[in-house]
Amino acid sequence: MTDASVITGSPLHSTPGRVNSGARFWPSAVAVAQRTVRKFVRTPQLIGLATVQSAIFLVIFRYIFGGAIDAGGLPYVDFLVPGFVTTGILFAGMGAAAGVAEDLQQGLYDRLRSLPIPRAAVLAGRGLADTALVTWSLAVGTALGFAVGFRLHGSVAAGLAAFGLCVLFSFAFEWVFITIGLVAGTAQAAQGMSVLLTLLVFVSSAYVPVSSMPGWLQPVAEHQPVTPMVNAVRGLAGGPQVEALLAHTTAYYVGLSLVWAAAIVVVFGVVAAVRFSRR
Amino acid sequence: MTPILEARGLTKRYGRTQALAGLDLVAQPGRVVALLGPNGAGKTTFIRTVATLLHPDTGTLSVAGIDALRHPAQVRRMIGLAGQFAAVEAAMTGRENLEMVGRLFGLTHRRARAAATVVLDQLQLTEDADRLVRTYSGGLRRRLDLGASLVGAPRLLLLDEPTTGLDPGSRVQLWDAIRRLVAAGTDVLLSTQYLDEADRLAADIIIIDHGKVIAAGTPAELKTLAGDDVLEVHLRDAAALSGVAAVLATVGRDPRVDPATRRVSVAVDDGTRRLLEAVRALDHGGIAIEDLSLRRPTLDEVFLTLTGTSTAITGSSSGPEAA
Repeated sequence: MTDASVITGSPLHSTPGRVNSGARFWPSAVAVAQRTVRKFVRTPQLIGLATVQSAIFLVIFRYIFGGAIDAGGLPYVDFLVPGFVTTGILFAGMGAAAGVAEDLQQGLYDRLRSLPIPRAAVLAGRGLADTALVTWSLAVGTALGFAVGFRLHGSVAAGLAAFGLCVLFSFAFEWVFITIGLVAGTAQAAQGMSVLLTLLVFVSSAYVPVSSMPGWLQPVAEHQPVTPMVNAVRGLAGGPQVEALLAHTTAYYVGLSLVWAAAIVVVFGVVAAVRFSRR
Repeated sequence: MTPILEARGLTKRYGRTQALAGLDLVAQPGRVVALLGPNGAGKTTFIRTVATLLHPDTGTLSVAGIDALRHPAQVRRMIGLAGQFAAVEAAMTGRENLEMVGRLFGLTHRRARAAATVVLDQLQLTEDADRLVRTYSGGLRRRLDLGASLVGAPRLLLLDEPTTGLDPGSRVQLWDAIRRLVAAGTDVLLSTQYLDEADRLAADIIIIDHGKVIAAGTPAELKTLAGDDVLEVHLRDAAALSGVAAVLATVGRDPRVDPATRRVSVAVDDGTRRLLEAVRALDHGGIAIEDLSLRRPTLDEVFLTLTGTSTAITGSSSGPEAA
């Protein structure tokens, strides 16, 4: 019975059954986010693999396909890298869908949903943490881009704005991945569903000019979120030379891409929240 | 005293599966209550309903007097849940896991740290506290998971099959931990498909099947449901099983034959007299027996009597005598 007396003697547990206030929204979100970040940081093979994969991808397009792609007079590396960095969001974000599905499957979300915290905080924490992780991979991608010969042709401020936009877009797409994770059921299914999103990457202006696609496909490429996002980033990074090749001004693409990002956050944020709190 | 749990007419349907079919139960505070039933009986559904993870289709549920369906947020302040999976983060240490949950329960950093230390000590996890959970054994993980549900010092602890899949040593350790909690004043509702677990831990056992309560009471009360005594014959030679069954049919009703262990058992009233009758009849028939005993019924037998099935319920490694 010594153990029992330890319990009863503790000031913390002297009154089992006290009522817990529960953490408020931000502390809860931060605690949940911290866990996701720790998991990533403590799995070095994950970080290494992601970096190597994106480097291979970049090298293939830069040095193998690149020579055959006409970027409208622009050096292909200057055309490619903004598209590569922007769409890297969708590749880096896929891990979130599998991660959410896994947490759901393994009962972690049951525990979190049984705690006296705002349920939306769990999702907010996940979204923020994954945005931070994607931001890290955006930085790696950008560095790789400079390493293969990409240079900014606009101002440094515009370059930073382009990077900031990418962070915003990644936050928006996180909600798509979280939703996929919540509805998929298993991590494998979540992975499979997220791979479908690569269609958005390739049917866009990220790697080839839309004008080089068949006529029936062009409207699809123009009217999906990735194209204005890539164009906005490309315009900001490439300066007037690139802007002259785009159908609209850079400001137009920035505005349009922000509208897309906001719409994605609202729609998928609501779907994810409803799905998560469903009883 | 306000019951810690009071459920009335709970129903929940998933497609064509009726997980809860009008479940009624009342549980008093200060006691461990075990929900006992086979797979698919509705145990997990009920626990998830109490944990406010599920909303029943119909019925009412109150937890310590609070309407759990109308005020789930208030219920979450009083409960701790440990589900069937060890819901702990493998890439964090045991201590970090507990501190995180402590923070979520609304404790300050300092108090979360202190609570984690107390719980680690309580569950004898201090030695392993600063290792990453990915290096833990299954039993350690389960104990840590139990710990995570305790950091908030909940009034009601919900344990969904806490020892399923554990080796016997780890089960006993977890049982000890649960007993100490109860001694310290935590109410526990646990589900299990192991009769010996319910028998050892619970003051009250509620047997459920097909989403309904089919019997409830203390282990001793439930055991009387299977008759006063059980007469059991253990044989050396399986060939004699049917002969023994025929003999035992004359002293009690419906003898049960278990060829795997070469045993025949039968529920009897007035045990001593029936024992003598059986001995005489067996001797008369010249049947060689290994062992003959008169004992109280086990919960296995209660369960068989109540549900008519034995599937999945005797999954525990220990036989009836060992329990």
